[in-house]
Amino acid sequence: MQTLRLPARFDYLDEIREFVGNIARQNGFDGKDVYNIQLAADEAASNIIEHAYKDRTDGEIQISCGLEAERFTVVLVDYGKSFNPSHAPLPNLSADLAKRRIGGLGIFLIYKLMDEVYYQSNPDKSNTLTLVKRRA
Amino acid sequence: MEITHQEFKRCDLFKLIGRIDSATAPQFAKALEKAVGSGKYKLVLDMSELEYMSSAGFRALLAAQRAAKKYNRGEVTLASMPDRIHEAFDLAGFTELFKIFDDPLQAVGHF
Repeated sequence: MQTLRLPARFDYLDEIREFVGNIARQNGFDGKDVYNIQLAADEAASNIIEHAYKDRTDGEIQISCGLEAERFTVVLVDYGKSFNPSHAPLPNLSADLAKRRIGGLGIFLIYKLMDEVYYQSNPDKSNTLTLVKRRA
Repeated sequence: MEITHQEFKRCDLFKLIGRIDSATAPQFAKALEKAVGSGKYKLVLDMSELEYMSSAGFRALLAAQRAAKKYNRGEVTLASMPDRIHEAFDLAGFTELFKIFDDPLQAVGHF
């Protein structure tokens, strides 16, 4: 696993996508999978910046990724507020334009794009989000 | 991200260039709000040179579509959407909320 530590700011999302994208490509994932892994990592990091570190500008995100036993794994660690994504309300995809909710879309996409998603709040006050894409 | 603007007789064409994520979506949302706020309700967004769009961009599109369609005065249409972006757009359930054209001129001709 390779690890990157970055300030929890939206202007570092480019760097996060590049980091996971390069490692996914090196591990033989095709363009479509690389894009989807980048999108999932971006949505996860965006949620951490927006919610876990709400009203804070000193937050940090640690992101690790690599291939283990045919499973491409992305691990994001933050020290902000805990938020279990599996508790997020799902967007109503059949609602018409007026009723379509704007929140929750990023988390919904993460679950759709990746094969496995795990969330854990740790005793040291950190939170760990693990995303897995299996290599076909 | 960059946005270029071209005015047509019956609609306005915006070309989106680069990447739209949480960092750049506010700029994108502002450009769309400005257009609708100045009475441009019939919009074509040319995505042929758009490399990436996250849900932050989808949310900006949704807000613009709501504003443009108000009182049946217009709508936001999309053109030349790259496959990867289209797939994520589909997963998000957004495809049915927008008319999507193969190329911008077809979209302009629709108005």
